[in-house]
Amino acid sequence: MIRGNSARWFWIFVGPFAAGLALFTYVPLLWSVWLSFFDAHNTVTPTHFVGFGNYTAMLRDDAFRSSLGTFLVFTLFIVPTTYVFSLSLALMVNRLKRARAFFRSVFFLPAACSYVVAALIWKMSLFSGVRFGLVNTVLGWVGGDPVAWLSTTSPPWYWLVVVTVRLWLQAGFYMILFLAGLQRIDPALYEAAAVDGARPGWTVLRHITLPQLRATSVAVLLLLVINAFQAFDEFYNLLSTASGYPPYARPPLVYLYYVALGQGQNLGLGSAGAVILAVIIAAVTLGQARWLRLGRGHADA
Amino acid sequence: MDDALVRAGRALRLVLLIVLALLFLIPFYLLIRNALSTEQEITSPAWTFFPTSLHWGNIRELFDDPSVPFARSLLNSALIAVVTTLGTLLLTSLAGYGLARVPYRHADKVFYGILGTLLVPAAVTFVPSFVLVSSLGWISTLRGLIVPTLFPAFACFVFRQYFLGFPRELEDAAQVDGLGPWRTYWRVVVPNSRPVFAAVGTIVFLGAWNAFLWPLVIGQDQSAWTVQVALSSFTTSQVIRLHELFTAATVSILPLLVVFLCFQRWIVAGVERSGID
Repeated sequence: MIRGNSARWFWIFVGPFAAGLALFTYVPLLWSVWLSFFDAHNTVTPTHFVGFGNYTAMLRDDAFRSSLGTFLVFTLFIVPTTYVFSLSLALMVNRLKRARAFFRSVFFLPAACSYVVAALIWKMSLFSGVRFGLVNTVLGWVGGDPVAWLSTTSPPWYWLVVVTVRLWLQAGFYMILFLAGLQRIDPALYEAAAVDGARPGWTVLRHITLPQLRATSVAVLLLLVINAFQAFDEFYNLLSTASGYPPYARPPLVYLYYVALGQGQNLGLGSAGAVILAVIIAAVTLGQARWLRLGRGHADA
Repeated sequence: MDDALVRAGRALRLVLLIVLALLFLIPFYLLIRNALSTEQEITSPAWTFFPTSLHWGNIRELFDDPSVPFARSLLNSALIAVVTTLGTLLLTSLAGYGLARVPYRHADKVFYGILGTLLVPAAVTFVPSFVLVSSLGWISTLRGLIVPTLFPAFACFVFRQYFLGFPRELEDAAQVDGLGPWRTYWRVVVPNSRPVFAAVGTIVFLGAWNAFLWPLVIGQDQSAWTVQVALSSFTTSQVIRLHELFTAATVSILPLLVVFLCFQRWIVAGVERSGID
């Protein structure tokens, strides 16, 4: 279609975006990798080379290690939970004959809410540790004692708070993806199954719906894992107080935030931590993609 | 027998959905109830379903409170969200069109270079990006809050996929009329692609309004706070006035609820396009 100076036209269209992406993604990344080999307190142009010192310091740091471990467990829990919950929502909403749009909107509405606002509602009202919190009020009606949801460490009730926030905010988003996937399934498949005598329910779900949703499932699982490892907003807003962040349920990013941008401003150490985290996320994502045997070009919506 | 069973199953599903829908709405109910209550009503141990009289004065109190830069942070958020949305749409749609339609020897390499950044988890780059922005001297400026976020690879990818399927006949007709690639893009391609712009635009707008980590890192002075950072600093501060906090939270999500309810079909379309692949 476009002849002649096509390289010029290509760069007119793509150039501004590509230059910005290079400047604001590739440059910081390389710079950060470079910083991670230096003693960089409060400076972005350090001179004291420390080799892998920052990496060994981070990997030996108990707080960083325990935060990585905690988040591995968190991911193993939240990913299947959100997957099953949002898929169930989609399946139920999809079967509705009436009021489908209403239920879809209600479950999707939390997506308009920020993690900050959701954390605020959970911390200050729903799971407020004092008697006027809604959950504690309901507990009071059935004769229970109020629970300090966010500061009780045994049992670790704060996980209930964190997990419900995340489910409330994310389930609708993934439900939308599953609904789109369900809409793309050819109705003829269900008709054929009915002719073959398959009863609606588990058999059809297992042999038709789930295999047909494969591309959607792969995308949803990858997004869920990446998002779980990047948790920051709701943890920060639920658990940190005027005196800082408690030593439990600390996401890797919250820890890096305090290391790199807190009082010490240790950018070398923070960069090393970011590189370690990026490598872990990449490894988990690629491993998962392999495990799900991600095909090429099938997932296009 | 099967018929009765099917009907019972259907009724059970409906009951379950209604219960879940009510649970999903509880947080919104709490938000509005507390925003219109007095401090005493919120902290009273006896639960009141709804305040007996609605305290609209809370809104005035919030904006009059000199210790809380709420009006300023609302304005910052609005500016950032609008500029980010328009800037992102402009840059990523042009790039998506170039990648899809302009033949160029190294187009593949450029495309994989863009795609590769999708593998780098966005939040992990906050330390390096902070380093860059601080060395540009952009800490606590709107520039620092906006410019680095204008280049999301996912949006470019969505546009490229869309333009690959754009009918070539329309562009060919424009060429016959003597339009060059630039004017073809603006006069023919953009006007015929409104749905994809709406879908990407609403997603970017929601993301910009709700973003937290980047504004927290960059907006260090109160003058550069966004609404989310302001809310967060009230939540984690020592003295908390609950009615003011909930009024602020309600005001902060009102623009989004309007956008959400008016543009829901585009948001759904945007989620579908950007979530998969």
